[in-house]
Amino acid sequence: MDVRAQISMMFHLDKCIGCHTCSISCKNIWSDRQGTEYMWWNNVETKPGTGYPTQWEDQDKYEGGWELDGDGEPRLRATDKRRGLTNIFHQPHLPTIDDYYEPWTYQFSDLFDAPAGDDQPTARPISLLTGEPMDIEAGPNWDDDLSGSTVYAANDPDFADLSEAEKQAFFEMERMVFFYLPRICNHCLNPGCVASCPSGALYKRGEDGIVLVNQNVCRGWRYCVSACPYKKVYYNWKSGKSEKCILCFPRLESGQAPACFHSCVGRIRYLGVVLYDADRIQATASAPDDELVDRQREMILDPSDPQVIAQAERDGVHASVIEAAQKSPVYRFVKEWELALPLHPEFRTLPMLFYIPPLLPVLGYVENGTYDVDAQDYFGSLDKARVPLRYMARLFTAGNEEHVRTTYEKLFAIRMYKRAQQVGDIDHATADAMLQAAGLTVEEGEEIFRLTSLSTFDERFVIPPMHREYAVELMDDPYTFKAETGVGFRDKPERGL
Amino acid sequence: MTDFVLFAAFPYVAIVVCVVFSLHRYFTDRYSYSSLSSQFLENRQLFWGSVPWHYGIIIILAAHVLAGLFPGFWARLIADPIRLYFLEVTGFALGFITLFGLAALAWRRLTNKRVWAVTSGMDVVLMVLLLFQVVAGVYVALFYRWGAEWYLYTAVPWLASLFKLNPQVQYVTVLPLAAQLHFLNAFLLIAIFPFTRLVHLVSFPITYLWRPYQVVIWNRRAGVGTEKS
Repeated sequence: MDVRAQISMMFHLDKCIGCHTCSISCKNIWSDRQGTEYMWWNNVETKPGTGYPTQWEDQDKYEGGWELDGDGEPRLRATDKRRGLTNIFHQPHLPTIDDYYEPWTYQFSDLFDAPAGDDQPTARPISLLTGEPMDIEAGPNWDDDLSGSTVYAANDPDFADLSEAEKQAFFEMERMVFFYLPRICNHCLNPGCVASCPSGALYKRGEDGIVLVNQNVCRGWRYCVSACPYKKVYYNWKSGKSEKCILCFPRLESGQAPACFHSCVGRIRYLGVVLYDADRIQATASAPDDELVDRQREMILDPSDPQVIAQAERDGVHASVIEAAQKSPVYRFVKEWELALPLHPEFRTLPMLFYIPPLLPVLGYVENGTYDVDAQDYFGSLDKARVPLRYMARLFTAGNEEHVRTTYEKLFAIRMYKRAQQVGDIDHATADAMLQAAGLTVEEGEEIFRLTSLSTFDERFVIPPMHREYAVELMDDPYTFKAETGVGFRDKPERGL
Repeated sequence: MTDFVLFAAFPYVAIVVCVVFSLHRYFTDRYSYSSLSSQFLENRQLFWGSVPWHYGIIIILAAHVLAGLFPGFWARLIADPIRLYFLEVTGFALGFITLFGLAALAWRRLTNKRVWAVTSGMDVVLMVLLLFQVVAGVYVALFYRWGAEWYLYTAVPWLASLFKLNPQVQYVTVLPLAAQLHFLNAFLLIAIFPFTRLVHLVSFPITYLWRPYQVVIWNRRAGVGTEKS
């Protein structure tokens, strides 16, 4: 056993209202520079939809992540040690900026400088790449809320497993349903970006598991962009370096939640330390698809177990970090209650951002003008849900519907339990039986409800102290050249000749 | 006197400039070392330029260096006319492939507006010098045949004399102008190496071959496995 700490995350999708406040707060801090205009380290996608970059989930197109080779060992789809060198002059699987979108602004000066005439002057869109006038063909969140078109939804890569009838059911106007999927870097345990970098510029921080790109070591080979199946490493076309979400480590190190977490209006985001067994990374990444979620949960260790604590101390995890792990909301949602699931675990990077799937649709019907819930048969009606379980299973459990089902059973049971308590149209015996059937005690149900709905700032974000006395790189002000090339530079960064 | 300046003094200046400024750039501005790839902005044309150019120039440069370092071996290699023909023809082919790739890259850089947006002044200078170098090389190969052989008795002893700090310019002053320009431009390229994107040559990531795939870096953890991965 090799115990390591990971700052881990959980997003509760039922609470996401798709307002993009997270994306904006991130962009204003980190990617408001030339070369990064097209980057959204945090973005919010509408599901079903094609996402950003377009169809990023389709690894037959992008070749991201790991797959199992003939011996059952994980290997990168996009590259390896040989191809890392032989493809270095032209990389076959690199997305181009058109897979994201061409960034633009408007020629605002035309509004003022246009000669007097009969028409109102207009501000034409101008490419931020070339400075030339351009036609806008795509932009950030072009398919937000399905954008009144089913074209984006119909091209969702996650529809691959659904039957034609199920697909059609998605698009019936009365049954139309969508939800939001906010995404940041997953700070994976088996990151494809780190493994693919020929220069060794990407690394995982030992103390908290944050994955970073060392800008002084990066040589712009761009394999990280191809190998990350979530497409959360971005190539800065201006500086010739790759950049990615840094989990706002300068904020974390000073005890603040990352900007996207802090600003979240729906309070959907939770952040905390989990302890995991690093010796099991390889074995977990090699597990069969339907066991991936279980194996990943098994890797996460109980921070209250004396044996784990003793080993963690031997492995150099600071006592204060262990203490933070014991209070971690992420640990409770992921491991204790088994509610939160990783996004696309079949990419085998062992992502450490977990999601509670949305409880959509609310299983009810309108009769005589009143909304009623089919309390008698809601487990059964899960199969009749507007969003098929199979769709959620493809998103969150590598196709294992059983995991999605048990998660939903718990979520439903808690909803019914609270409804019995607060509305009273369901009797307590039925509600308690539902909790029991879902494998939860009444106390657990109350705890989940509390942490989901009533949790305070400090309960949602349990940030361990960062021990500046040990950390040399923290002695410099990371904001010195922030406006020029982002956080962490001690010299003024300039593009090479 | 001019010959001495061009073929004895200038090479030394070029090499000193190259070494001193490369080291200076590496130790003071490592951030500026990058492949500066523009594949993200333009993908298809790059393939037809970058791949032939890089593979062509690597093999040709390797042949130049091999013959220069081991003239005896090279002489035995080309002693058999069949092998000489083979080398000569291969050299032509690689020269044209290299020229094709470089021309495609230059065309792409000049005509694609996105690529032009990330083109610096030094990129243009370098492109012109490289084009000149490859054109001169192919010209010499075409019009002064059997370079694989006469190279051994002209340029190689000249380079060796430079290396021994006893410059003998007479080996090359008798050569045709195209060959002389090829030599001079080579040293000019060496001189401007640290001031151009050519520095990406020294960042070829060979260490990837023996490094573990995953990289974990600890700030502390002294005594408990500092570089675990």
